[in-house]
Amino acid sequence: MSMIRALFRRELASYFATPVAYVFIVIFLVLMGTFTFYLGGFYERGQADLAPFFDYHPWLYLFLVPAISMRLWAEERKTGSVELLMTLPITPWQAVLGKFLAAWAFAGIALALTFPIWITVNYLGDPDNGAILAAYLGSLLMAGGFLAIGSCISATTRNQVIAFVITVVVCFGFLLSGFPLVLDLFSGWAPQALVDGIASLSFLTHFASLSKGVIDLRDLLYFGLVIAAFLYANTIVLQWKQAD
Amino acid sequence: MLKIENLTKIYDQRAVVDDLGFACGPGEVLGFLGPNGAGKSTTMKMITGFVTPTSGRISVAGHDVESDALAARRVIGYLPEGAPSYPEMTPASFLGFIADVRGLTGETRRRRLDAVIGQLHLEPVLEQSIDTLSKGFKRRVGLAQAILHDPEVLILDEPTDGLDPNQKHEVRELIRSMSADKLIVISTHILEEVEAVCSRAIIIAHGRILADDTPGALAARSRYHNAVRLTLSDDARFDEINSAVAGLDAVAGTEADRAQKAITALAQGSGDATAAWRAVSELAANGNWPVASVQLEAGRLDEVFRQVTGGAAA
Repeated sequence: MSMIRALFRRELASYFATPVAYVFIVIFLVLMGTFTFYLGGFYERGQADLAPFFDYHPWLYLFLVPAISMRLWAEERKTGSVELLMTLPITPWQAVLGKFLAAWAFAGIALALTFPIWITVNYLGDPDNGAILAAYLGSLLMAGGFLAIGSCISATTRNQVIAFVITVVVCFGFLLSGFPLVLDLFSGWAPQALVDGIASLSFLTHFASLSKGVIDLRDLLYFGLVIAAFLYANTIVLQWKQAD
Repeated sequence: MLKIENLTKIYDQRAVVDDLGFACGPGEVLGFLGPNGAGKSTTMKMITGFVTPTSGRISVAGHDVESDALAARRVIGYLPEGAPSYPEMTPASFLGFIADVRGLTGETRRRRLDAVIGQLHLEPVLEQSIDTLSKGFKRRVGLAQAILHDPEVLILDEPTDGLDPNQKHEVRELIRSMSADKLIVISTHILEEVEAVCSRAIIIAHGRILADDTPGALAARSRYHNAVRLTLSDDARFDEINSAVAGLDAVAGTEADRAQKAITALAQGSGDATAAWRAVSELAANGNWPVASVQLEAGRLDEVFRQVTGGAAA
């Protein structure tokens, strides 16, 4: 545990040691505001909730979360520090978890900094704050899912651009896996059970109920499993690179 | 302490390390020599567990590096090739991080940090980010990281690369001062380094051991072993002197370098170490030659290195 904490602290501090963190947070907040107020029609709707805010989270995350995750392992490979890291007395699991949790905490910090919008809606009306909290939780879980996917992909390459692009594509697939765009790829040849299985993997559907304030254990479990599965794959990739 | 058996690593059907085996113990400073691409770094990566061998076994202080990886890594300090670290960190925070991961706490942590910062003279740059440091400082930060937990086994991949002569000297002093109770393995292609710090040298090329001996014994394989280097103060009588030296019984032949005004007389046989030197000195004194210096050579490691590895390259 102390290993994971040391890795976590180093990794999180490294975000703030360069301008990356500040640039990211500023852009994240500006885009969040733009989407909510202009595209979402926050004022025009005349409702005291944050639906126009949360509705855009999956799409914003699609491009911003891979920007966080792309450097996790690719940068270590590029600078060679992965050799230092992986010859320290730590297990691949500890390394993967320490890094992932730091990236997730960073995403959490960025998300938490959207609090003025929560203050705004409370100032203007009388929203259901429980539902807003549930939606924040759902948003954080979804960010975790994207990050786990991105971390795993980042471990396969030393090139951050490649890590970014592939992560965006894979995350896009996960977002839309309940929609014809993805399902049509499979429905022609795959058995119905598989198609249904793929359809149930959609981030959008699982996030939809959470963003309305409905905490369903299945949705929480779903995001938990996606995170666990991709982090597990991440450790496999690391060991596979070691043997290569 | 370090035992390697039948170690092989195959990349793309090419054996980078080919059935390598040796053992060494505490107190030894083992120099790993070889041309670029000989398999030095790959072997070190396998000892430290970064690369998994295709076949073969490595045990470090009794711990198998594959089945008992964490225990093996705890006793190893490793400076990877190029001394990688985290460029955005400062040496202070970087070493603090390594101390945390190495499980150093409280008084021990502070004492070890102070010790390595002092030993490698890192005080002036502690709060500067690593990517702004000179190559020499970066290398020293990497060394500090490797010795921080006072490991039993130190694996240093080109520890003095990029250092200036003074820094090289200091790092060699540091290695010597630590060598009494540790096993230190260094890879290098700087031959003077092997003579300066190593108690044993292994020359490898194409992943195989070509020579394994003390640096002195390796140098003795050189044809310059016990040779005499005669330097003249003017070259007026150069040819005459050269043929006089070549005619001596104790001299097998000479190599003349007119530009340097130097004649190297190779020793005949290996029985009497100073026979050629005595013969040349005597002749020089009798003939009243314009001698600047007469030196007895121990042998040239670089020549042995070329001789040993040159055959393998063909």
